[in-house]
Amino acid sequence: MSTPNTDTGSVARSGAMDVSLAKEGQRAVQAPLGHALVRAAQDDERIVGLSADLAKYTDLHIFRDAMPDRFYQIGMAEQALIGAAAGLAQEGFVPFASTYSVFATRRAFDFLLLDVAEPGLNVNMVCALPGLTTGYGPSHQATEDIAILRTVPGLTIVDPCDAVDIAQAVPQLVAHDGPTYTRILRGKVPSVLDEYDYEFELGRAKLLRDGADVLIVSSGLMTENALEAAKLLERDRIDVAVLHSPTLKPFDSETVLAEVAKDRVVLTAENHAVIGGLFDTVAHELALRGMGRQVTPVSLPDAFLDAGALPTLFDRYGVSTARLVEQIRGLV
Amino acid sequence: MSSGTFPAGNQPKEDCEGMSTDSAPHAIDPERLERIREAAYRIRQNALVQAEVQGQGYIGQALDIADVLAVLYADQLRLEPADPEWEGRDRFFLSIGHYALALYAALAEAKVLPEEELATYAADDSRLPMSAMRTYTPGVEISGGSLGHGLTIANGAAMGLKRKGSDAFVYNLLSDGELGEGSTWEAAAVAAHHGLDNLIAIVDFNDQQADGKSTDMLSMEDAGAKWEAFGWFVRRCDGNDIAAVLGCLEELRTLSDPRPRVLIADTQLGRGVDFLERREKLHFMKVAPEEWELARKALEEDFAR
Repeated sequence: MSTPNTDTGSVARSGAMDVSLAKEGQRAVQAPLGHALVRAAQDDERIVGLSADLAKYTDLHIFRDAMPDRFYQIGMAEQALIGAAAGLAQEGFVPFASTYSVFATRRAFDFLLLDVAEPGLNVNMVCALPGLTTGYGPSHQATEDIAILRTVPGLTIVDPCDAVDIAQAVPQLVAHDGPTYTRILRGKVPSVLDEYDYEFELGRAKLLRDGADVLIVSSGLMTENALEAAKLLERDRIDVAVLHSPTLKPFDSETVLAEVAKDRVVLTAENHAVIGGLFDTVAHELALRGMGRQVTPVSLPDAFLDAGALPTLFDRYGVSTARLVEQIRGLV
Repeated sequence: MSSGTFPAGNQPKEDCEGMSTDSAPHAIDPERLERIREAAYRIRQNALVQAEVQGQGYIGQALDIADVLAVLYADQLRLEPADPEWEGRDRFFLSIGHYALALYAALAEAKVLPEEELATYAADDSRLPMSAMRTYTPGVEISGGSLGHGLTIANGAAMGLKRKGSDAFVYNLLSDGELGEGSTWEAAAVAAHHGLDNLIAIVDFNDQQADGKSTDMLSMEDAGAKWEAFGWFVRRCDGNDIAAVLGCLEELRTLSDPRPRVLIADTQLGRGVDFLERREKLHFMKVAPEEWELARKALEEDFAR
């Protein structure tokens, strides 16, 4: 916790209410989830949408407005949301159900586990505000969503980097005959991965750039920061590879371990608490195979995070590009 | 019932306590009632078979709900016993997973499950686990057990059936204790808001839950008024009076009303076995080894009366 700011004359606009992650001037796509879902649904009548009073804040309103008769407003009732999605899936539909990550995981976990995952239904939870993507504080910051959900057998977990990942993931989530949870970035979502030779493939990690000195295994929006850090470190002649693993479960351990095995400084970068996320997943896979590699986690702390503006908080918790660059310089 | 047939409709209610409307009771064909009464007897005997194999079980609940299940499986439900996943079937969702032995007993009566299989109840690698699960047993539509789930899933199924243009119904059996779960009321509100008139909930009001009498634990009375306030069409009757249950369930199914429907069935734990009816009411009723034979005889005598 930083020193309380009591100087009301100089209080900066916090930005805690900001909906979009895209920075000023950055290439971005508006509501990629909503548009991708409409495209998929045009060819597939099984697709239906549901939300628990957060269609507008999870980009599902695009689908709702385009196909109102295929959208169910469940109201502020997350348990009923997931139960209804399960019932629709039992009847052969492919539901996309949206709420915030905190509500899907903390409030309605029993329903996701027993009604969706245990019978292996094709229910796709698309949840906004994953990890640290809001300055609202712990009520809205789902810094432990992956730790909770990795324990659910058969659940596919996707942590997309950008609008490209989200748009390409949607048809694959439909095609995957089983339950999924995707950490949705909403509003104006940066376009990053189209600058690379990359295609989203469910269950696969992809090397976005190679490098001789450092390997960053990343997921979600931390892949964008990792790529930026890698570019900045070129000036220091530090050669950084970035391996993007948007699917956290099932984990592409084959690709990840092949890269980790090479003689480089290894970091993981995730927008999630240090417990139970990408770092733990990589460490788990290494230990299973007796691979004694040091891995440095760039993760959120095991703590309740502060409220405030996202850039401030990203810096404070060491997950901003600048802090990532600093950390890598210190390791090399 | 014969495969794929729709129950004889328009039999008005018998002894229903109306909340939402009132109408006069009419006589029900005695042969039809007798057929259901025989089914209820066999369901009770089937439940005893399973409980005896394990030497224990939720026999009190199975005996109390047998009459409701007989009305459903011998009369009201549209089923294709040889094809439990037949698209045109009515969906029966058991929230209360521990009533599994009662459901297996009814599924055997309806010829969805072979009667011989009942002896495997709760055995290792059996298709009939102690708590009923969709993934284990033909004819079991949801994995219950964690209470307050069934009605939320039933909503989605009812929405899905409407979307497909199906005229099948979704039935959800829940317990009075389950009314304590907040998600039940989330689901009740959603069903009414979405006008799910193809959804029929049945509450087994035996006034018994794990720690004691339901009305002493967390009273949800006046239960009928609560459902009515949530926008449901409500009936309440003696859940061990087959004519009354049949009248109510048929009315709930045939009624022209945009609301979801609920029957609150007041039942008696251990019903049909006189010494269990009189025994101290417990969630998990103890039955001594020598008592199973006595229970079967008591059922026979009860049926003969």
